[in-house]
Formats: sequence, structure tokens, C-alpha cells
Amino acid sequence: MTSGFPYLTVTTFLPLLGAVLILVLRGAPEAVARNARWIALWTSLATFVLSLFIWVNFDPTTSDFQFVEQSDWVPTFNIAYHMGIDGISLFFVLLSTFLTVLCVIASWISVTSRVKEYMIAFLVLETLMVGMFCALDFIVFYMFFEGVLIPMFLIIGIWGGPRRVYASFKFFLYTLLGSVLMLLAILAIYFETGSTDIPTAMAFNFPAGMQKWLWLAFFASFAVKVPMWPVHTWLPDAHVEAPTAGSVILAGVLLKMGGYGFVRFSLPMFPLATAYFTPLIFTLSIVAIIYTSLVALAQDDMKKLIAYSSVAHMGIVTLGIFTITQEGLQGAILQMLSHGLVSSALFLVVGVVYDRLHTREIARYGGLADNMPKYAFVFMLFMLASVGLPGTSGFVGEFLVLVGAFQVSTWGAFLATTGIILSAAYMLYLYRRVVFGVITRADVRSMLDLSPREVLVFAPIVALVLWMGLYPSSFLKPMQPSVANLIDRVEGAQKAAGLPDATVTAVR
Amino acid sequence: MLAIIAVFLPLAAAILAGLFGRQIGDRGAQLVTCGALCASAVLSVFVFYDVAVLGHGRIIDLFTWIDTGELQVRWALRLDTLSAVMLLVVTLVSAMVHIYSVGYMAHDSSIPRFMAYLSFFTFFMLMLVTSDNFVQLFFGWEGVGLCSYLLVGFWYDRPTANAAAIKAFVVNRVGDFGFSLGIFAVFLIFGTLQFDPVFAGAADMAGNTINFLGWQVDALTVTCILLFIGAMGKSAQLGLHTWLPDAMEGPTPVSALIHAATMVTAGVFMVARLSPLFEYAPTALAVVVVIGGTTAMFAATIGMAQNDIKRVIAYSTCSQLGYMFFAAGVSAYSAAIFHLMTHAFFKALLFLGAGSVIHAMSGEQDMRKMGGIWRRVPCTYAVMWIGSLALAGIPYFSGYFSKDTIIEAAWAAGTGVGTYAYWLGVFAAFITAFYSWRLLIMTFHGSPRADHEVMHHVHESPGVMLIPLFVLAAGAVFAGAIGYEAFVGEGRAAFWRDSILVLADHDSLGRAHEGVPEIVSLLPLIAAVAGIATAYVFYMLRPALPDLVTQRIHALYLLVLNKYYFDELYDRLLVRPAMALGFGLWKQGDGATIDGLGPDGLSAVTRDLSVRASRLQTGYLYHYAFAILIGVVILVSWYLVRVVG
Repeated sequence: MTSGFPYLTVTTFLPLLGAVLILVLRGAPEAVARNARWIALWTSLATFVLSLFIWVNFDPTTSDFQFVEQSDWVPTFNIAYHMGIDGISLFFVLLSTFLTVLCVIASWISVTSRVKEYMIAFLVLETLMVGMFCALDFIVFYMFFEGVLIPMFLIIGIWGGPRRVYASFKFFLYTLLGSVLMLLAILAIYFETGSTDIPTAMAFNFPAGMQKWLWLAFFASFAVKVPMWPVHTWLPDAHVEAPTAGSVILAGVLLKMGGYGFVRFSLPMFPLATAYFTPLIFTLSIVAIIYTSLVALAQDDMKKLIAYSSVAHMGIVTLGIFTITQEGLQGAILQMLSHGLVSSALFLVVGVVYDRLHTREIARYGGLADNMPKYAFVFMLFMLASVGLPGTSGFVGEFLVLVGAFQVSTWGAFLATTGIILSAAYMLYLYRRVVFGVITRADVRSMLDLSPREVLVFAPIVALVLWMGLYPSSFLKPMQPSVANLIDRVEGAQKAAGLPDATVTAVR
Repeated sequence: MLAIIAVFLPLAAAILAGLFGRQIGDRGAQLVTCGALCASAVLSVFVFYDVAVLGHGRIIDLFTWIDTGELQVRWALRLDTLSAVMLLVVTLVSAMVHIYSVGYMAHDSSIPRFMAYLSFFTFFMLMLVTSDNFVQLFFGWEGVGLCSYLLVGFWYDRPTANAAAIKAFVVNRVGDFGFSLGIFAVFLIFGTLQFDPVFAGAADMAGNTINFLGWQVDALTVTCILLFIGAMGKSAQLGLHTWLPDAMEGPTPVSALIHAATMVTAGVFMVARLSPLFEYAPTALAVVVVIGGTTAMFAATIGMAQNDIKRVIAYSTCSQLGYMFFAAGVSAYSAAIFHLMTHAFFKALLFLGAGSVIHAMSGEQDMRKMGGIWRRVPCTYAVMWIGSLALAGIPYFSGYFSKDTIIEAAWAAGTGVGTYAYWLGVFAAFITAFYSWRLLIMTFHGSPRADHEVMHHVHESPGVMLIPLFVLAAGAVFAGAIGYEAFVGEGRAAFWRDSILVLADHDSLGRAHEGVPEIVSLLPLIAAVAGIATAYVFYMLRPALPDLVTQRIHALYLLVLNKYYFDELYDRLLVRPAMALGFGLWKQGDGATIDGLGPDGLSAVTRDLSVRASRLQTGYLYHYAFAILIGVVILVSWYLVRVVG
């Protein structure tokens, strides 16, 4: 479907327009800061509303790319400006535009230095994120994919905590390593297919030997982004040093780029290599789930704990993606969306107390239920969503992934399911230390409950978490044809190559 | 329609009291929740009449929950005799506990929160019993677990309460681990998670195998055992029982509602609900019998030695749940549910009675500091007697009908495990009677052991607490006699209809009715009377005797007093190693190994290299570009080799 109005281009570049507007602001610093905030808010809101139109006009019955825009860019090299979304990318676009609005509101007061640059960084980041999820040309994709690093690097490096330089350096080093390899792989694909068009490559049958090398190159980039064990150690440091809103985008959207990459590229382009490397992914995912959950149990820094829990949750995602089952894949995508909301919310939850007491040390708190009942309620809800309580978004994704995993590997499902015990342990233990107990310090006693602005930030996430938990069909329906089509593609190619059916747990 | 209102009224009340507690005030929250629950209970009576008596069973479809194309799960209310019975029991006991709480929690500072949690719990419990698929069952299952967690830790300023709350949740999660795997297995085997198609396909699946963790095993057996692990967690059976006694940290009405009458029986309900599945998995049923029988005995022995009044009743609950399980295991599901119902009345009664005692004793729970108060609290004393008589299974009290039926059915099953359960059941009946009268005598009789101040304040509870006690006492006396014929007597087939499946050659109840030896059916009663007599001798006639005996068998006494050291064992084997492992992996795994060899190591090497590189007048950028260039060269040449060569 090619719609008349270029929704995707406008949604992608509207934030950039806002950024330019902020850039040209002149006058007293106070006024500039105020205007920058308001422009950022209105721009991100408008972008979000526009993305809602995409959802409304999205046709959930087809697996084809929709809202497609295509025009020549570098015709000599067959590079085109090609945008379009399907059921897989739709909600990532919405997640990006939604979280940006919340980030702007959440940073309203807590960011006081270089407000203008800060807001520009976030709007540019939004453009890059949305563009990345819409891109259907490798060169366009790569530019957005790598571009995201720059504003994120700056956000951590400029507005971050005391060890921000170390963290941003680590973040950059890890992700760059993967990117270089992916760029090489993209070049190889270009040589093989003669174009940088993504749909063309998705339908192209690469030689089996080449698939393995290309798969590994993409894997290097995506595994770092996810992050998968053992290349996850940049995440806790980056989160700890990033400002609250930076953590929100990092956990909410940037981690999803890896998962999205696996679904979008690795599976359809390299189905044979995928079959070959699935045991590797399963192993790494399960190690991630158990290992990082145990590490989370030992944390005494709130943000670090949630960062480690993110790695465990993303382990569920990678496990689900490589089950190549309808349940596993849809579950993995839903889990990414849910994690995008829940972990973002948890970082915002930490941000609330950090703004008041300027420490993330768990032991400094305790007894907040007494003077911050609203906060305790919100924290409780997101904690429960994080441990996957049915009725919240966290359950549906995790459940579907494990259902899918069980069909492919009972050992895999068995080990991954231990995560539901461990996640309950570390999250409840965190909650107990922060919210329950008796207040012993005067500064903790004097902390105020959520302000109306903070309530405004949390309310929509609460609503979405419950919506996704009680009626996930709104989200599962649009992605269903795309996922089914993807599975057909992968299984078809595997069957054609004579590989056995992945579903080993047959009933006899 | 009535059923929908009955199920969702508690939710509405919970939201109102929970989120707007400050606006409507303490009294408002109490009125809203108690009103909603009473209305729910009345509606449930109508639903019960319509569904169980008139036979208008049906499934009320609400809306889609999860739909991936292959896996479809819907929100729905399944109404048949089984769920109607549970609906009635849950709403009735819950309504009584709500009213009782108005009095019991009168001096608490967060009344709306407490009432909201109670109502919220009731909603989840109703969703659980009316579920039409495994996932909604799990929804209710986790929901009641959440409310249990919230209510055990209700007094969040007490460290012991917080620890107990976490323990309850996490131990239950261990059970849920099995439950989840069971659900995955069901979907693998049947391709659906809706009850009806699964039940319809169970017979055909009998004998089929799946590969589970590398072994080729019977499909239904492994599924049922996995599901049963979930039931063991929720119903505090051997191995996963450790959370229940600790859960007594919660306010007493919570113990009565959640940890006696309703939530902990969810496991029993689950096995009965899934009878069409378990019936085709005889090995799984045998496991259920052994675990149930062993728990009945094991928990009762611990109950003998406890001094905290609530913990005695908690272990008693654990033990009685064991009875229900071995009943279900010998395919006497209806007897299990029958005992579930009578137990709900008399155990809630005992807990609320104990609450009334604690209320009278200014919060004291240690029986060693009670005694000599029976004249001061006559109503409480009377209801505690009724509860104990029912629990011990003294004729014509409700427990007599249900417990004797279970013990007879175990015998009549004629299997090895059935006989095992029979003997443990009889012996546990002796112990049950013993600890019940030990409790009665230590609490109410003898010379007062509390200090003067406390004794001065001993008073009977207010009417708002006594009325629920009387209602429950009526249930404890009459429920057995009224329900016997329909639940487990000749009318059972007509009453349960197709909500419970018993294969013809598993019909232990039928065989029990055909007649068991006189002594078999008399033995439980003899054991109970002997238990009462022993307690009377030990604690009334010869108060020095208990000390003498415990000194004689000191090692055994310590073992029982310390609950067979389960907590210590788990702490050493699981909790501490997990924490240590977490810390070790963090510092050694992430810190030393991954970062050391990865980015930190690399940066050290890079720094070293760049010092050398700078001598050659190059920089970082050049390295990067150079790396790409080399890569491109390699790739291009590789491409050429492939295409050209």
C-alpha cells in the first residue's frame, strides 16, 4: 500500500524540524530553556499523534510493507530512499514516539544545565530511532542505526553521572565493534544482490556458506545492542551514569534495535545460518536469564539492578525470536514492547527518588510506603509487570515465548522458566528494601509523594501496561500476518535445503 | 449475568476502597467492601441454585485475551457444579471475614487498604474458580498469590512480615515454575489451552509420549505431575510448605480467608478441575496420593509441638490439605471438594476464633502465656470447641462426614498407595485431635499464665466479630450433614454432572459405599477420641507429663519443634548459595573476566598500542579507517574468489 501522504517521512523528520527550531532560539538563558522545553514537548507530542494515525490507518490483514515511500537517492549504486513498515516495525515506531514525549516531561525540572542542547539531542534521537525502524534500504538503515549512537553518547557523556566518561566510552567501544562488522556484511550483501534494498535482500537466497559469515557479522552488531551475554557489561554502566530520560530511551528503544534487527534481517535473509546458530542463541539467552538474574540479586544500586534485569528480560526476547514459532516470535516482539514500557517506567521510578535524594543506593531508602503511598503503588505495579504477573504486559510476552520455546526445546524452556522464580526474588527484594520497612532517616521522611507532573508521566504507562496485559490482541493482531509470513519464509527455505523440522518435541 | 456481577463486584469494591480510600474514609471503605461481598454471596446462592441444583451449567464468554492465530485464550466464566460450589464457599467465607475485619482491624491505621486487598483477593479467587482455560486459571492463581503477598506483608514496618511475604511469593513461584511448564506441555500435546477441547482429547492421548528433557515419557503423566507441582506450592504440600506457617505474620482475618479457607485450597480445586486429565495419568495420581498422605502426617506432627496458636492451626491446615490431596489422588475428587468446603467453614472458624483470643489477650499469640480465660470469653470458647470437634471428625459435626469419607475412600481404592494414605490418615487423625485439644486446654484452661495487665483486659469480642463466628460455626456443625448426600452420597453423580470425571475402575467412593469392614470406618473415630483423651491426660490431668515426655525423646522433639529443619536446609542449600553466586558472578564474571578481557583489557592494550602508534604519527581514526579498509579488501577478494573462481 502506498499512501498519498508521506506519513513515515513526516514522522521521522518532524522531530528534526523541532530540533532546528530550538537551535535557532536566542535570548536570555532562562527564556531559551523554557522555550526549548515547550518546543520539544509540542514537537514530540505532534510526532506521537502522527504516529497514532499510522496505527489507525495500518491494515492488520496483510504482511506487506505499508506506507511505502520510495525514491532514487544514489541511482548509480542502486541506493534508494526507501521507507515502509509492517506489523513487526509498527509498534516500535509508536514506542519511540511515545517514550520521547515522556522523556521530555520527565526531564522538565531535573535537567537544568544546557537545556537547549539536551532537548535537541532528544529530538534528533527520535528522528534517528523512528527512521531506523522505517528504513527499507540498508544504507538508510545503517545511517540511522549508527546515528543513534551519537546523541546517546552525548546524553550520557554530558548530562550523565560522575563516571560518565568511562560509561560512554565503554558503550561506544562495544557498539562500534559490532557496527563495523555489520557494515562489512552490508557491503557483501550489496555485492551479492546488486542493490541495497532490504525487501530484495529478504527474499534473496544467499549461498549457505555465505549466510553463516553474514549472520555472524550481523549478530556481532545486534548481540551488543540487545545486549546478550557476555557482551552486556556496557549496559549497567551506561544506565547508572545516564540521566533518567537517557536510561528510558536506552532501555525502552535502543535495546530493541538488536531484537528488531534479528527479526528483520537475520531470520529472513539467513534462514539456514539461523538454523545452524540457533543452539548458540539459546545457550546465550539462557545463560543471560539465569546469570544476570543472579547478579541482579546481589546489587545494591537501584539502576544497576534494573539494568541487569533488562539483560535477563532481553534473554527471553532472543530466546523467543529464535524459536521461529508463531507464539515465540509474537511473544518476543510483545515482550520487547512490554519491556520498553516497564523498564522505562522502572527507571523513571528510580528517577523520582533520585531527584529527591540524589542517590541510587538501595540501603539509603526504606519505608517509602509511609510518606509516598502513590509512589509505592506505581512502583508496585511496574514491579509486578516486571516479574510477569498475569494481567500485566510482562506476562503475555514472557508466556508466549516460553510456550514457543517448549515446542522447540524442553530443556530451553525448562531453564528459561527458572527466570520467573529469580525475577520475583530480586524484584521483591528490591521493593522490600526501598518501599517497605521503617523510615530511619530524616531526609527520607521529608520526601514528598509524586507531583502532578510525575503522575502525568506514569499514568499513560500504567494504562498501557494494563491494556497490553488484559487485551493484548490490539497489539498481537497487526503483527500476526507479518510474523506468519516470516515463519513461512524461514521454514520454507530450511525445508528446501533439507533441514529437519525445528519442532523436536513431537507427541508420539 | 448474576454470575458476572458476583465475580466483578469485589473488584469494583477493591478499586473504590483502594484508590479512593482517602475520599470515602475508613467507614466508607468498610461499607463498600462488606456490602459488595455480601451482595456477591447472595448472588452466589442464586447462581449455585441455578447451576448446581437446576443443572443450568454454562460458559459465559467475555472477550478475547491472547490470540496468536494458533494459541487462543479467552476471558470467560465457566459455570458448572464445581465452580458453583467454590463460588458459594469463597463468597460466603469472604463476606464473613470482611465483616469480622471491621471489628478486628478497628484500630489499624490503613483500614481502606486492608479492605481493598481482601476484596481484590476475593476477585482473583473467583476468577480462578470460574476459569475456562489454563491461562485464566493461572491469572487467578498468580492474583491470589499477589494478594497473599500484600496481606502477609500488610504491616510493612515489621521485618518478619516482609520476609514472610517475600517467602510466600517466591516459594509459590517455585510451584508456578512447575505449573507453567505443565501449561506449556498441555499446549504442546493438545494445541489448545481451553478446558473443553483438552478434556475431550485426554482419552485419546493416554499412552502417548513426549520428549521431556531428553527422556521419552508418558505425555499425560509428566504434564499432570508438572501441574501438580504448582498445586503443591499453592497448597503448601511437603517440600513447598515452608511459606504457610510464616504467612501467619499477616493479620488473622487474612489467615482465615486466604491461608485456610480459600487460596491454599486452590491446588485441590485445580486437581479436581483437571480430573479429566488426571484420570488418564494413574502414575500422577499415585504421586498425588503419596504427597498428600505424607503431608497430612508430617504437618500434623509439627503441629503437636508449636506454641504459637496460629502456627498450630496453620500446620493443621497443611495437614488437612494433605487429606484433600490424597482423596483426589484416589479419584475421590468429590470427597476432596466436600472436605474443602467443610474445612473452609471450620478452619476459618478456628482462625477467626484464634483471632478473637488474640484480640482478647492484647495481641498475645503464644499459648504458653494464655490459659484460664474460658469464663471471660464464653462465645469464643464455644466456637473454638465447635471448630475443634469438626476438625477432629467427631460424629455429626461437618468434619466427621468429609474426613471419614476420605479415609474410607483411601482404603476402598485398594491400591498400595491408597492403603499407605489410609494408615497415615488414621494416625494423623489421632494427632489432629491431640493438638486440637492441646490448643483448647492451653488456651482456655488451667491457671492464667499471662501477666496481670493482660488478664485485666481480657474481654469478649464485639458483636461485629461474633456474628461471623456464629455463621461459620453453623456451617461447621451442619455443612457436613446437609451436603453429604449430594457431594459424596448416592446423589453425587446427579450433583456433579460432568464437572468431575471419574473412570469406572477408579470409583473408590462407589466401592466405599458398597461397604468397607466395620473397623476400617471406625478406626478414624477411635483415633480421634484417643487423641482427645491423650491431650486431656497430658495437659489437664498431668501437666508435668509433656515435659517428661519431651525430655525422654529430646532429639525427636527438637526435630519436630524445629519443623524438621526445612527452613535451615533451604537457606543453606538455596538462598545463601544463590546470593553468593550472584555476587561472585557480578564481581568475578562481569568484572574480572568479561570486562577484564573485554573493554577494560582492550582499552589497556589500545592505550599501550596507541603510545606506540603515536610514535608512527598515526591516530585512532586512522586505525578505524584502516580496519574497514582491510575488511573491505578481504571481502571483495573473497567475493571475487567465490564468483570468479
